[in-house]
Amino acid sequence: MATTIAPPPVEIELEDLGRGGGGIPNLGWEGPGGPGEGAEGISDNRYRTGMWAALAGILMFFTAFISAYVVRKGLSNDWIPTSLPSLVWFNTLLLLASSLTLERSRHVLSDNSRFSRWWLLTTVLGAAFLVGQVVVWRQLIGDGVYISSNPSSSFFYVLTGAHGVHLSGGVFALGFLLFRNRQNPFGSVNRTPIDVVAIYWHFMDGLWISLLLLLFFWR
Amino acid sequence: MGEAVQAHSVHEAPAGFIRKYIFSYDHKVIGIQYYMLALFSVFLGMTLSVLVRLNLAWPGTEVPILGTIFPEGAPDGVMTPEFYLSMLTMHGTIMVFFVLTTAPQSGFGNYFLPIQIGADDMAFPTLNMLSFWVTFLSLVVMVAAIFVQGGAPISGWTAYPPLSALGEIAGPGLGTGQSLWILSVAIFCIASLLGAINFIVTTIDMRAEGMSMMRLPLTCWAWFVTAILALLAFGVLLAAGVLLLMDRHAGTSFFIPGGLVVSDKLIDHKGGSPLLWQHLFWFFGHPEVYIAILPGMGAASHILSTFCRKPIFGYKAMVYAIMGIGFCSFLVWGHHMFMSGMSPYTAIVFSLTTTAVAVPSAIKTFNWLGTLWGARIQFTTAMLWALGFVSLFVTGGISGLFLNQPAVDVYLHDTYFVVAHFHMIMGVAAIFGIFGGTYYWFPKMFGRMLNETWGKIHFWITFVGVYAIFMPMHFLGFAGHPRRYAELTSFEFLEPLAAVQKYISMFAFTTIAAQFIFLAIFFWALFRGKKADINPWKATTIEWSVPTPPPHDNFGGEFPVVHRGPYEYSVPGAAEDFVPQTAPDVATAKS
Repeated sequence: MATTIAPPPVEIELEDLGRGGGGIPNLGWEGPGGPGEGAEGISDNRYRTGMWAALAGILMFFTAFISAYVVRKGLSNDWIPTSLPSLVWFNTLLLLASSLTLERSRHVLSDNSRFSRWWLLTTVLGAAFLVGQVVVWRQLIGDGVYISSNPSSSFFYVLTGAHGVHLSGGVFALGFLLFRNRQNPFGSVNRTPIDVVAIYWHFMDGLWISLLLLLFFWR
Repeated sequence: MGEAVQAHSVHEAPAGFIRKYIFSYDHKVIGIQYYMLALFSVFLGMTLSVLVRLNLAWPGTEVPILGTIFPEGAPDGVMTPEFYLSMLTMHGTIMVFFVLTTAPQSGFGNYFLPIQIGADDMAFPTLNMLSFWVTFLSLVVMVAAIFVQGGAPISGWTAYPPLSALGEIAGPGLGTGQSLWILSVAIFCIASLLGAINFIVTTIDMRAEGMSMMRLPLTCWAWFVTAILALLAFGVLLAAGVLLLMDRHAGTSFFIPGGLVVSDKLIDHKGGSPLLWQHLFWFFGHPEVYIAILPGMGAASHILSTFCRKPIFGYKAMVYAIMGIGFCSFLVWGHHMFMSGMSPYTAIVFSLTTTAVAVPSAIKTFNWLGTLWGARIQFTTAMLWALGFVSLFVTGGISGLFLNQPAVDVYLHDTYFVVAHFHMIMGVAAIFGIFGGTYYWFPKMFGRMLNETWGKIHFWITFVGVYAIFMPMHFLGFAGHPRRYAELTSFEFLEPLAAVQKYISMFAFTTIAAQFIFLAIFFWALFRGKKADINPWKATTIEWSVPTPPPHDNFGGEFPVVHRGPYEYSVPGAAEDFVPQTAPDVATAKS
């Protein structure tokens, strides 16, 4: 019984070797396939795939809240619509702007100083959004609208809170990569972390828009 | 590539005890950690079931030690009805989350998914370690709930509000105990989500050269689809748990209706819907059933093919059936709520989708029988458990066809028929899958063989035992015996059934005692068992072509190339009756 595992790669035809993953050109469904790990290290597709999987889980988490929102509103006669403080719209603009600056920074990835500046701006905009959301909470509390006031306000706090928690994770990631970039610039070759964080950030942006539309039009 | 990538591909074998065995990045160590966590939990859960069965069959029995540990719950060693309910709740919760969800998926899956697909580790080793330790934290919080003021919650593993949402006023254990319970489940959700991401990415992106999806062993398919179910289901339970915690601690009314009077006190909540919780919970809860059983199906298929010395019958059909079951699992949650005030029209829809699950299930059963047909079966212990799995899957599945008829469910709902059904299909069948996997993979995991003779004794006592326990429960259900009742002596219509409860308890105690045989052979083999070969079962998949136990990166730096499907047994013209997946040439293939 030999302990060698595989025979040396003989004349196996690997032209149609599937590269699995988030790019999804070919999952390697049948025949000789597989992402072909080994020879050249590890496919970094896994970060992308992992992010999409994580976002699917997060989407289900928020879908549960949203369906609860719709059901609870439909059932009750104690629903008092929460009027959104106008600051919410300003916050939304900040978040939308942060997605744009993030894209800008990804375009200038090879120029590290420009990249850092745009990336820093994104981080600041993200943090400003979070601060803005806390101010919105303070305003509501000032108006006597608490989480326990009525189901509409309960959902307002739960949804904005849950989104805020996820977004602070994003701000942390932005800040962390900023720090990493200072020590060891990413450049356009080594861009996987940048791209993966960008996916998350845009998703959180889109999620916020969806939540806002729900909170505004389905008051 | 980034730092994380390098850290992964360099993947030095760790020095030091703590890095190697406690905070390990190695999927094999993490798999064993999960397995051991489940082993601890299953014995804890079993101990609780002893108390439950004791109280049902011989109410009022004095157990002095209980009085010492739980002076509130069991004054003078006699269990109060509330204590009975709290033990019932914890039995269900611990078994479902920390045994059935943990052992087959996180335990075996962690250990064998990377090896079977030819990867040196899971896609994200650090995340993997984190998943385990978060699960561990969740177990600690759950066990703590037993020992806090008021004891464990009495609201059952489904934690239906308003009972679970009101706090201490609604009963003992519903204060701190219930809060810890919800917290623990929420933590468990996070751990499962992290684990699911890792399984999905590993299956998609880490396969070796030549390992296309349609060459994956069925175990990998089961783990993959289970991970997808977990990813989509646990987020919903997490959201529900957050809302329930808000109702308890932030004064919201998501689930608590208005005008509720509890313990002569009007509750200051209004307008909430307890049904909303049921929808959210069962949207998670039904996929959870398949999360528990699918890995067992994978293991059973794997073992059946090996010991039939035949390719699995209808490999592709098996794959699509796994997907079909996974897909259907999200469309059937309403069948838990036929009696909750559901519109009959909605009930019919849920009844139809539930019945549809029978189609992929029947395909799987048919293919298992097809694999057995005409085979020269080797009756190893692992094979016996796999056959037992098929038997229990059929028995437990058929009673599901009764319960999914809304008209029949009106009568059977919340009777012992339901208890029998879900124990058979979700509990015992899944446990048989775990045992099958244990007897089959133990040689690879620990490098030694389990004792086959004692293993068979363990199997037969357990197999006869579980049928003797759960078959009569169906009859209790037909007789209208309600579940969850702590006190049976004060109901005249239950008196004639007391003898059946005693009979069930006696078999339960016997079967539980037999599990100590397992514990003994497990630990005996760990230290004294016969040394295992690389491939003791003469099996084809990659885990059987790596050394026993596998080295740190599984392959000694030389990654396998896969040349064929997973179950090539008895191939005409081959040198032996099995051809490993890594063999390039049939005629000269050797193990």
